Amino acid sequence: MIKAQNLTKTYGAATVLNIENLEIPKGQCFGLVGNNGAGKTTFFSLLLDLIQPSTGQIINNNVQVNTSEDWKPFTSAFIDESFLIGYLTPEEYFYFIGELRGQNKADVDALVNSFEDFFHGEILNQKKYLRDLSKGNQKKAGIVASFIGSPELVILDEPFANLDPTTQIRLKGIIKNLAANQNTTVLVSSHDLSHVTEVCERIVVLDKGELVKDIKTSAATLKELEIFFSGAEAPDAAVAVFEDEE
Amino acid sequence: MGFFALYFIVVFLSMGVGSFYLIKKADMGDPLEVVNKYLIYLFVLDLLIRYMLQKMPVANIKPLLYLPFEKAQVVNYSLGKTIASFFNWGYAFFFLPFSIVLLIEGYNPLGVVAWHFGIFALIYCSNFINILVNNKDSVFYPVIAVFVALGACHYFGVFDITNYTAPFFNGLYNAPWMVIFPWIAVIGLYYAAFNYFIKNMYLDAGLQTKHAIAKTEDLSFLDKFGSTGTFLKNDIKLIKRNKRPKTAGLMSFLFLFYGLLFGSGAVEVYNGPVWQIFGGIFVSGGFLFTFGQFVPSWDSAYYQLMMSQNIKYRDYITSKWYLVVIATLISTVLASFYLFFGINAYLAVLVGAIYNIGVNSHLVLLGGAFIKMPIDLTSNKKAFGDKQAFNMKTMLLSLPKLLLPMIIFAAGYYLVNPTTGYVLVAAAGILGLAFRNIVFNKIEKIYKKEKYKTIHAYKQKA
Repeated sequence: MIKAQNLTKTYGAATVLNIENLEIPKGQCFGLVGNNGAGKTTFFSLLLDLIQPSTGQIINNNVQVNTSEDWKPFTSAFIDESFLIGYLTPEEYFYFIGELRGQNKADVDALVNSFEDFFHGEILNQKKYLRDLSKGNQKKAGIVASFIGSPELVILDEPFANLDPTTQIRLKGIIKNLAANQNTTVLVSSHDLSHVTEVCERIVVLDKGELVKDIKTSAATLKELEIFFSGAEAPDAAVAVFEDEE
Repeated sequence: MGFFALYFIVVFLSMGVGSFYLIKKADMGDPLEVVNKYLIYLFVLDLLIRYMLQKMPVANIKPLLYLPFEKAQVVNYSLGKTIASFFNWGYAFFFLPFSIVLLIEGYNPLGVVAWHFGIFALIYCSNFINILVNNKDSVFYPVIAVFVALGACHYFGVFDITNYTAPFFNGLYNAPWMVIFPWIAVIGLYYAAFNYFIKNMYLDAGLQTKHAIAKTEDLSFLDKFGSTGTFLKNDIKLIKRNKRPKTAGLMSFLFLFYGLLFGSGAVEVYNGPVWQIFGGIFVSGGFLFTFGQFVPSWDSAYYQLMMSQNIKYRDYITSKWYLVVIATLISTVLASFYLFFGINAYLAVLVGAIYNIGVNSHLVLLGGAFIKMPIDLTSNKKAFGDKQAFNMKTMLLSLPKLLLPMIIFAAGYYLVNPTTGYVLVAAAGILGLAFRNIVFNKIEKIYKKEKYKTIHAYKQKA
């Protein structure tokens, strides 16, 4: 579904992203992890044609994203609050997105109502504008809006941040279901290693813009990631960490 | 604020120096008494403007709460900051030269000084009253309504409020000791504001962020316009629910009356026939200039969404164009009261509207692509002129908006006859309309080319 080739992004002398080759097949639940400045949001922004690549390109479903706009109908995303329209109520926002994606009111209502659990009674019929909702509730609205119109590719940047524990657990279920049952490709980035390993079947680690790990998730993945991010890459060093813990 | 403030400084200065002699020349009576007569309206207008525009000191208090200051210090500092506001010292540009002229003209120095200081105390009263009534719409608007009614009564000669207020202002000059009254008032108001703030300096009291109750209105009648309708619905909500675009809407309403300055003899240069077109462009184009100029910056807060959603640039720009055109048409209908001033006055408005729709609407969208100024919808700060809004490209684009129709009109007017002038300007507008598709293609290309730069610029917070 997604092919990135020789993709780099540089600002002056600094290279913030350098991916030689990355392919994500359709229906995969793909996790992206890395420290601040690793290039996660840069990659997502390139995918959405919000910034221009310095070299290379991204092909989304046979559409080169920086030359054609034809990827827009089947792609949706929630990156940050700049994807929300603050002066609308959540309902109005859902309808607006729905209209842009060719869904009528009834379609949107049906979809949104199926997320009643996830909303936990804090989104619908609150007589509040999105800008007056808490960060967590804004996120809930933004995430659900990205599901409107059955997109084939959903991009979520740090969807677990700011959510309360109950909602985090529900979101994990929703994302797994999307990829497994609806053949939707889901791209998720997160700083929470246990969440991504639980949800994603494949995890890619970015470090200073470079792709350093590409793991098919297994029972050992979480440990592997924890060792990597504790700053002890070499096996010897890993042992040292364990010894410290004892 | 810069540009707007500068404009007012110049206007105030010239009025401060000139109004004494103007009133004298017009033989309206003693200039000081004439000014005193209308001062009450000035103060009401001043309150209205402050209420809508002056920033409250509360916004800056929160970060000070956790720092090692005494509460009284914080409040004094915040209130003190408002004293230095342009809304207060800006008046000095009128009252100072006016007082100096009074002294030169041989008025009693003690009286003039007392009057001057009395007026300044009243301006500061206005400052603190505004702080106390801030955001209390239920108190504020009835008071304004009462004064509008009083003004109307005055105009129609039913009842003249100034008969009761003028003696007080005159008294400041005639009996200088009276100056203590406004000063007592201003000190009293300061303490009232001080106590109010001290009592409410808690996050769940005075410092609470106010949340409006969301009201949803049914705009489904716009659904039949397809994706253009979708954006139009959003733009209507944008204007209704956000402070900054609301102000733009209000200003465009005031532009309707701009034409009154033309042909009525209020401003001498405006009586030339070519200036009528200038006025006509502004009367119908208020919205075009106040709102259209900042497309697409109104959507800056969620521009990333717009650029990654299933939106074609063409539809997006088209909907903005319709919005501007519809507003221009509405203004043109509302401006039909210019018919009272003769058919020529309204003809200028009509021709201006055609030119606005055919040519200026495109130019304004073109200019917007280069402005790239993020707009904070919820604040009126910077609502009047921002240095980023005045760059070379937008300046150049504003020339054809105003100068070109004047030149076209002048050519027809002086070379053939007045009717030809009107016809030529209207023809230019219709010609622009005929080229709409070509122009839109161009605009679309520029928007696309500027897209990444625009996204980057909007990410820098307003």
